[in-house]
Amino acid sequence: MMLFQGFRFKRVSTWMHRMDPRIKLLLSCSFFVAFLYTELLPLIIAFLIQVPMVLSAHVVREWLGTLKGGIFFAILILVMNMLTGSTLTYSIAMVLRFLILISAFSIFFLTTRPDDLGAALEKMGVPYDYSFMFTTAVRYVPVLATEALTIMDAQRSRGLEMEKGNIVKRVKNFIPVLIPLLVNSIRRSLEMAEAMESRAWGATKKRTSLYVPKLKTIDYVLLSLIVVAIFFAVYIRLYWAIPAIELTTP
Amino acid sequence: MIEVNDVHFTYPTGVKVLNGVSIKIDYGEFLAIMGENGAGKTTLVKHFNGLLKPSQGEIIVDGVSTTKVSVAKLSRKIGLVFQNPDHQFFCETVEEEIAFGLRNFGFSEEAIKEKVDWALNLLDLGDYRRTSPFMLSGGEKKRLALAAVLTWDPNVLILDEPTVGQDYNQKEKLRQFILKLNSKGKTVIIVTHDIEFVAECNPRVVILSHGRIIADGPAKKVLTNYDQMREASLIPPQITQVFLKLADMGFAADIIDVNEARGKLIDYLRGLSK
Repeated sequence: MMLFQGFRFKRVSTWMHRMDPRIKLLLSCSFFVAFLYTELLPLIIAFLIQVPMVLSAHVVREWLGTLKGGIFFAILILVMNMLTGSTLTYSIAMVLRFLILISAFSIFFLTTRPDDLGAALEKMGVPYDYSFMFTTAVRYVPVLATEALTIMDAQRSRGLEMEKGNIVKRVKNFIPVLIPLLVNSIRRSLEMAEAMESRAWGATKKRTSLYVPKLKTIDYVLLSLIVVAIFFAVYIRLYWAIPAIELTTP
Repeated sequence: MIEVNDVHFTYPTGVKVLNGVSIKIDYGEFLAIMGENGAGKTTLVKHFNGLLKPSQGEIIVDGVSTTKVSVAKLSRKIGLVFQNPDHQFFCETVEEEIAFGLRNFGFSEEAIKEKVDWALNLLDLGDYRRTSPFMLSGGEKKRLALAAVLTWDPNVLILDEPTVGQDYNQKEKLRQFILKLNSKGKTVIIVTHDIEFVAECNPRVVILSHGRIIADGPAKKVLTNYDQMREASLIPPQITQVFLKLADMGFAADIIDVNEARGKLIDYLRGLSK
């Protein structure tokens, strides 16, 4: 559940928070370049680049929570890769890719208000129905997290021991938590749709917003930096020999 | 026996909910925990089966601290029925839903079959044996949630807001059911806002307010203390309010039972006609 905590907006104001949401989204997405690499060195660098971002945005605790929450999947990825015959180096690289991405998006969600995100999406030409859908989904993450905790408590009171058994059993242990969570979410979304329609959702075709995101000089500077960084990453991939760090199974 | 010794509890988010709660609950007792929204009622009962561990102080169940035993082990003795049944159903049939707890506690298949039948009958769910739990009505879901816990026969039964969303008939059935369980020696703890329900049940009442116990005693005494009740955003049962306002006519102010009230009124009227 710590994983969810790391995707909740934290209400502080730092340069990361003030950055234009579109630029920030691009910044987070730029970490997809991790998929170009299977070598450890560039992946480690990509991961380390995020550390100053986290520090300056004052979200260290939440971010660490995200990583802690990701450990289970990280181990799963590692084990799966090893089992299917990959080398240790490659398996660790896969884990790093995963961590880089959840960390990048954790930073994004920790520092972006859902409303800003919606405004940005609209500005980018996404129809309001869809941007609303997206922001609502984001906004409901904490609700889901709280609900998941309650459901876990209810099932543990019925004798479910989540931390017991081998890996297959442990994955199975999530079923009694996931099904009520899913059913309730679907039910809630139907109720919400009804409530919204009773409040005249969609009555105006052309909407105006109070807050319109506008790119500032600093945002243009960041934008160019990000673009350069992405090209740089691709260039290195294509033309440079990357020093290898090889790990061998002991 | 459950012993709560000066328990403080703060959620990881930093919200302090319990501020030094001490209480002793003996086997066979019938207890109602009341209090305003956010008073810490649910938080307190979640400590009884170890779902939450005190930040300070300790909870002792049958001589052992809850920090030393697993939730599963405690739940075997202390059955906690959650407020919202939708937070626990996941099986395809009502029958399977009831069997879930029994499987977790390692009952044999024969015992499971027998106990499921028993629970289905007890709560009048026999007709729904193969129905999906999601298709049940609100009241039936509440009963199923109760059946799913009762089935492993815990010594202590905790019901969180059992009367929410129930019509009068269901409530009355529930009351009879709770009293029957209690008379058979089960400890029953209910967490509720439903003052009239508590008045009719007449249990020991504990009032929590801002994470502290502000009253603890028989219903007749606690529910008729207007000031104490106000402190926890509660008001006495209607019949008590009537008699409080009639105090100057010589009526006792500690009436919570409608039949008792009727008796007093008849006596009074007979006195007048003489």
